[in-house]
Formats: sequence, C-alpha cells, structure tokens
Amino acid sequence: MVQYLRARLDASFAALSDATRRGVLEQLGRSDASITDLAEKFHMTLTGMKKHVGVLEQSGLVTTEKLGRVRTCKLGPRRLEEETSWLERYRQLWDARFDELDKVVEELKRKERVDGPKKRE
Amino acid sequence: MDPRRESEAAPMKNRATVERKSERELVVTRTFNGPARIVFEAWTKPELFKQWWVPKSMDMFLRSCEMDVRVGGRYRLVFGHDASNPAEFFGRYIEVTPHSRLVWTNEEGGDGGPVTTLTFEEKGGKTLLVLHELYPSKKALDAAGTGAADVMKETFEQLDELLVALGASVGR
Repeated sequence: MVQYLRARLDASFAALSDATRRGVLEQLGRSDASITDLAEKFHMTLTGMKKHVGVLEQSGLVTTEKLGRVRTCKLGPRRLEEETSWLERYRQLWDARFDELDKVVEELKRKERVDGPKKRE
Repeated sequence: MDPRRESEAAPMKNRATVERKSERELVVTRTFNGPARIVFEAWTKPELFKQWWVPKSMDMFLRSCEMDVRVGGRYRLVFGHDASNPAEFFGRYIEVTPHSRLVWTNEEGGDGGPVTTLTFEEKGGKTLLVLHELYPSKKALDAAGTGAADVMKETFEQLDELLVALGASVGR
C-alpha cells in the first residue's frame, strides 16, 4: 500500500519537474487564468498549454472549470491537507485502477460479441 | 459541493468505495458493467491484468507479472524501471473458485501482510466486486496506513518546500 501511495505522490513531483508547469503554478498563485491567457503568457500553442494543464490537473495541483466557452484554471484547493488522508488516497488509487479495468472489460465484451461467446474453463 | 456540477460530471461512472470495516479489515467495492466471467478473467490472466493494474497516473512500471491461479499456486508482481530498485509483491492463492471467488496471501511484508478475499457477484449483466483485506492485527493495519501516511508526510514536506520556493520567486 505504501508503495502505491508513494507512486501516486511521484506523479505530483513529475508534474512539478517541468519549468513551464512550475511557471503556471506561480501564475495561478497570483490569479486564476484561462488556458488562452496561460498559452499567451508562456508563448505556447493552446494545445501545448492544454497538455501541461492536463498533467497538473491529473496530479491534483490544479483544477479547471468550464464557464461558457472559457476554461478557467486555478490552484487545487487545500490539496495538501486532503492528501494526508491515506484512506482517501487509497480510494483514489483503486478508482484510477478500476477506470482502466473498465476499458479491459469493454474490450473483452466487444471481442465476445465479435467471436461469439466461447466456452471458457 | 455544487449539485449541478456534480450531475454534469459523468453520471454513469462507477465509483470505488473504501471502508475500514473493523480494526483489522479494509473493504474496497466497485461495480463493473460486464459479466463476472469477464471481470474474473481480467484479474487472473497476466496479459490482461497488466493492462489495468498500474494506472497511467501512477508513473510506475510493472516489469513482470506471474500468476499461477490455482489453490497453492503463487503470484509475483515486480515493479520498477530497472533491476536496481525493484519493488515486489508476492504470495499464494488459498482459494480459487472460477468467476466468483479468489483468496490470496500478501507475503512481501513478512508476517504483517493481509489476506485478500475477492468476490465477484453478477447481477443483471453487471458485477459487484468486493475486495476484502484482513490484517493479522489492528497494529498491522494501522502500520500499513501509518506507513503510508508517513511517506506522504515526508513527501509533502518536500513539496511544501518546493511550493514555498516557488512562492518566494513570485514577483521577483
């Protein structure tokens, strides 16, 4: 369990390993911003900035909210305190894992439909 | 939480629950949109298991996965990008009932490891999965949780330092 949680935390550090992403965090520390704002500020394409924000969002450091056509980014609220609940982190691990398992289940169901249900031992 | 926002967020998504059922027990549940034989297969065939056990967000690499799924058979999972820093999980199967029940030991931590019971209950084409971990003592479960909390505390102290450093550079 410890190993798994450590790995989850590694994702946070991985998110912080990039200079642009650290810059985005600094920027969001000053004020919320749209992805377009951030792309302009960091002289990047929208697609490139979306990727960075996606990594930050996945690690929980940033949250985004779509209002109309604008996606606003802000720092993840009270994240460090939430992280300290190991039971919640453990739950998030299983959530992430089971989301992947959903895909495997869908793929196996699709195969069965194509091949017809075959006899399994 | 804003209920309007919650209803927008993928209403069909199944969610895992984790509960400390007693001093020695931890229970994880989740429903899957497929029959038990398929979910069971995904848990017991290494080539399928490897596709989901390590979610991408974990940034962890499953190097090898061996499963001899029969009573007394052993399993071994090896993580890590290279042999210098391996993390291994291993144990043996105590009960194997195809499509409905698996019980195994977790022996990598010595005597303090839990016994895991996994049940698959199919209903209307869906499967309720219940993963039950029984630790040998309250102390062992506390240690697993506290160990995890300690790792996080240590890591967060580093993260805090980094964020302070980032904050200090603002407006420079």
